[in-house]
Amino acid sequence: MLASTTSRIALQARATLAQRFYATGAGANTLLYVEHKDGAIGGATLNALTAANKLGGSVTALVAGDAPESVAKEVGKLTGVSKVLFAKDAAYANALPENVAPLLAAAQSQFGFTHLFAGHTAIGKNIFPRAAALMDVAAVSDIVDIVGEDTFVRPIYAGNAIATVKSNDKIKVVTVRGTAFEAAAASGDAASEEAAPSADKPALTQWISEEIQKSDRPDLGTAKRVISGGRGMKNGENFSLLYDLADKIGAAVGASRAAVDAGFVDNSLQVGQTGKIVAPELYVAVGISGAIQHLAGMKDSKTIVAINKDADAPIFQVADYGLVEDLFKAVPELTEKISK
Amino acid sequence: MSNPLRIFVPVKRVVDYAVKVRVNPAKTDVDRNVKHSMNPFDEIAVEEAVRIKEKAPKTEIVAISCGTTKAQETLRTALAMGADRAVHVEVKDDSTLQPLAVAKLLKAYADKEANKPDLFILGKQAIDDDANQTGQMLAGLLNWPQTTFASKVEINGQDLKVVREIDGGLETVQTKLPAIVTTDLRLNEPRYASLPNIMKAKKKPLVKLTPEDLGIDISPRIETLKVEEPPKRVGGRKVESVDELVDKLRNEAKVL
Repeated sequence: MLASTTSRIALQARATLAQRFYATGAGANTLLYVEHKDGAIGGATLNALTAANKLGGSVTALVAGDAPESVAKEVGKLTGVSKVLFAKDAAYANALPENVAPLLAAAQSQFGFTHLFAGHTAIGKNIFPRAAALMDVAAVSDIVDIVGEDTFVRPIYAGNAIATVKSNDKIKVVTVRGTAFEAAAASGDAASEEAAPSADKPALTQWISEEIQKSDRPDLGTAKRVISGGRGMKNGENFSLLYDLADKIGAAVGASRAAVDAGFVDNSLQVGQTGKIVAPELYVAVGISGAIQHLAGMKDSKTIVAINKDADAPIFQVADYGLVEDLFKAVPELTEKISK
Repeated sequence: MSNPLRIFVPVKRVVDYAVKVRVNPAKTDVDRNVKHSMNPFDEIAVEEAVRIKEKAPKTEIVAISCGTTKAQETLRTALAMGADRAVHVEVKDDSTLQPLAVAKLLKAYADKEANKPDLFILGKQAIDDDANQTGQMLAGLLNWPQTTFASKVEINGQDLKVVREIDGGLETVQTKLPAIVTTDLRLNEPRYASLPNIMKAKKKPLVKLTPEDLGIDISPRIETLKVEEPPKRVGGRKVESVDELVDKLRNEAKVL
């Protein structure tokens, strides 16, 4: 009798302590959704981890897939990851949102996560709003800064305005713009692994196939240097001029929507509001006029170079260095002179 | 197709994509006293629905918009493009209407209809809030499959096959109706409404509802504390030659 009273008091004390801990604001308990492909951590997951670490508190990484073992080990070594939740099931292959969103909701309900973070990638965008709806909370997309536990900064209107928003929901479901945060590195210590809770796997969709553009060049989203071509390239063959320059300086190749729509290059290379957002150290825009929607995807680059024969092209207003010249003359000359 | 398809197409009235938006002096929002149009991704959604109807003429297309009275202009545009009827969920101030609330309104309307929709086609994102959430949230609330960022849609009986734009390339998924599709830019090229069709659209039915009629609380979960201009770039410097460009990149910007 006495023993049970004592333990009840101890439990109450612990509950009070936990509550106080949360109320002081140091209690962020974040779930990081880990995107991965072919055994490698992918997307903007490493950047989202840095953002999650800015909240303070603890970060638990969730690795779901048909064979997530090696990725889970790798994730456990990352700075700030205190625990890895592990969900191995064929239903989690290819990140189907109908199966992954209930898993996120089940994990939240079991562990009481206050924040869910993922990269604002095709996969993060697909899964997170669905998960938020299952938890009846709002989602905050594409954040570029963190002001506090509930306050985030995100671009709106294609980056032409920057909003500071406060989420009044108890759970914050957030996707993170990769280029706005450094990538987290490995710290060496392995975090503990634990099985994720079981959840509904309604298997509403079936994955059939994919066509991935193969390239030896760096990934467009994370490359330090990017060379992009627009309508001024005239055709797809001429992009070889950009590939030559890109290979010389280890850059990724991108494109404007005009170049994609004209069929010069694959649409996965599109930079802009509806394509990839990039923020490399060097962005070279070749034959690109600089429409609002394109600028939305690259105007946070450190140094912007524009090569265009139209001196009035809007791209020159954001370019640190503009060269008014025919690209068919300037680009080969640039490639040659850079190699010297 | 044995049964006629019913397609719901949510459309949003937004600041026209070509307008250079400005932050208002109070820094609470952008200046909305500018040209508005249908969200470009929603035009693609309407076009796709109309193309499906052209192959299966018994298809019914219902355009829905949640917003102020002016949302009716956007609905008339959808009707002129080929939608059969329109539903306007009227709110006083659409600047605080958020994706979760819109998804709930759409679900409530779908539940209320005697004849259930087989397919929702939405734009992948609105170009004002750039949220990219409503379709996924609606799919979650309905527990329906979602095929987002579609660049190709094939319907065969109850089977739906969608090619999706993903990072690095394309992906094909297959599912059964009822389902949610969200459109990417390359799905199709929307038609212009002809003058006769604009005239005809004025006579097509438009039903008005309120969030209260649908029993949905639309109060915002996210508060906008402030809206600011993005940091200005100091661009505009020209170089005279490739030599000067290479020199500046090496010695001034130090990026080579």
